[in-house]
Amino acid sequence: MKYIEEFQDPDLARRLLDDIHATVTRPWALMEVCGGQTHTIIRHGIDQLLPEQVELIHGPGCPVCVTPLEVIDKALEIASRPDVIFCSFGDMLRVPGTGRDLFQVRSEGGDVRVVYSPLDALKVARQNPGREVVFFGIGFETTAPPNAMTVYQAKRLGIPNFSLLVSHVRVPPAIEAIMRSPSCRVQGFLAAGHVCSVMGTGEYPELAARHRVPIVVTGFEPLDILEGVRRAVRQLERGEHTVDNAYARAVRPEGNPAALAMLEDVFEVTDRAWRGIGVIPDSGWRLSARYREFDAEHRFAVTGITTREPAECRSGEVLQGLLKPHECEAFGTTCTPRTPLGATMVSSEGACAAYYLYRRLELTPARTAPPAPAGPHASTAPLEASPVA
Amino acid sequence: MCLAVPGRVLEIAEENGTRMATVDFGGVVKEVCLEYLPDLQVGEYAIVHVGFALQRLDEESARQTLELFNELGMLQEEFGDPWEQAAQAGGARWPFEEAALTDEGAGDGGRSEGPATGHVAQEARQ
Repeated sequence: MKYIEEFQDPDLARRLLDDIHATVTRPWALMEVCGGQTHTIIRHGIDQLLPEQVELIHGPGCPVCVTPLEVIDKALEIASRPDVIFCSFGDMLRVPGTGRDLFQVRSEGGDVRVVYSPLDALKVARQNPGREVVFFGIGFETTAPPNAMTVYQAKRLGIPNFSLLVSHVRVPPAIEAIMRSPSCRVQGFLAAGHVCSVMGTGEYPELAARHRVPIVVTGFEPLDILEGVRRAVRQLERGEHTVDNAYARAVRPEGNPAALAMLEDVFEVTDRAWRGIGVIPDSGWRLSARYREFDAEHRFAVTGITTREPAECRSGEVLQGLLKPHECEAFGTTCTPRTPLGATMVSSEGACAAYYLYRRLELTPARTAPPAPAGPHASTAPLEASPVA
Repeated sequence: MCLAVPGRVLEIAEENGTRMATVDFGGVVKEVCLEYLPDLQVGEYAIVHVGFALQRLDEESARQTLELFNELGMLQEEFGDPWEQAAQAGGARWPFEEAALTDEGAGDGGRSEGPATGHVAQEARQ
């Protein structure tokens, strides 16, 4: 418990850890769904504080990471048009498409702007009636309601030069796909807390029962993660598989009814491709017929996209929990946050970036790179200087 | 983008028929849409994601989370200059030379919506 003093409440952290250690009797594999949770786990070395029998597997819950290459390439093409102002969240600037990223499009003269909120993109559209303003609408159930509201407002206010490039994804079908995979090792889930703030917990009991897997709604702070693990392990040891809310201060069972109503109005469920994973049935949203006029894909009819994923990038296996980032041959050598091959390395919520930033470099003996010292903060040979101050 | 940050409502006003608020995130102030929490009042706390209040939060939880995010530099990640952060991560040159840009608007990059990076860093140290 070397790093436990870094916790906000070290005494509580110690009590939670003691309880987990006292409870566990055999190996269990838990998946944290959200990239923000992965970040917290690696940053605080939580996986190293847990008993050896409890393994945390990193899930696909980073919206930046799972946005398909084809959609990124469409964004790059639309953003390059001289009549377009392309608005995006800052996280997307350096996500590699086939050959370049939004940062490069901007350096080549494209009008790419970063906004804090999708409503800011709508303001840009009102201020520039002579140009097309496109917002890059990616994200899970937490981000979809803000984007839905923005399209609703565009229609209500009659702003014709605004459109949304949509690539929204949904968590429950991803959990379903993971559990159906023949190579699945996951026995329990830490569900993403802020997704549940919007959606509530109603989608999970059926999933938990059908796959006999506990699902514990979990927050993002270190103590939240420990409490989520504690509750999941308790269920597993007792042979239970129910939905448990360990983030009650922010999650109500019914979610946010106003946001759910807006999602229902503006979007409709569709199959969606996940980068590195492939198409998952019913795992995404697209604009419903009533709002199709605001769909950038229809407005710009981007065709002829040929995507090319780097052959050595194994982020798809990382996203499915089949491979730890440092087990990839390219990790820390040809693939770094400065020269990312895949989105899991470029997004700050990506598992590869988290491992890189916090020096998780315990390479397996088969690796050709020089052996690296173990430990979350050890300095190491194969990587550049840490980008973290 | 994944991050949702607790904030305290300072003021509420209608804007184009939409309920909006100014919200304080530990010193960083942003415009936030209240359409999904229409009964949120001045002085209350909520979890805010990409400019939308999504769920109420009690004051103690909000304060603790904000303190932690400050300590960990996560407010800097959320509210700092994204172009500067992207350039730093990629080792690229920033700012771009103005001659390379298409018009005066492109130089802004949305940065006027947020505080300067140094400001956030200063807040984070307090």
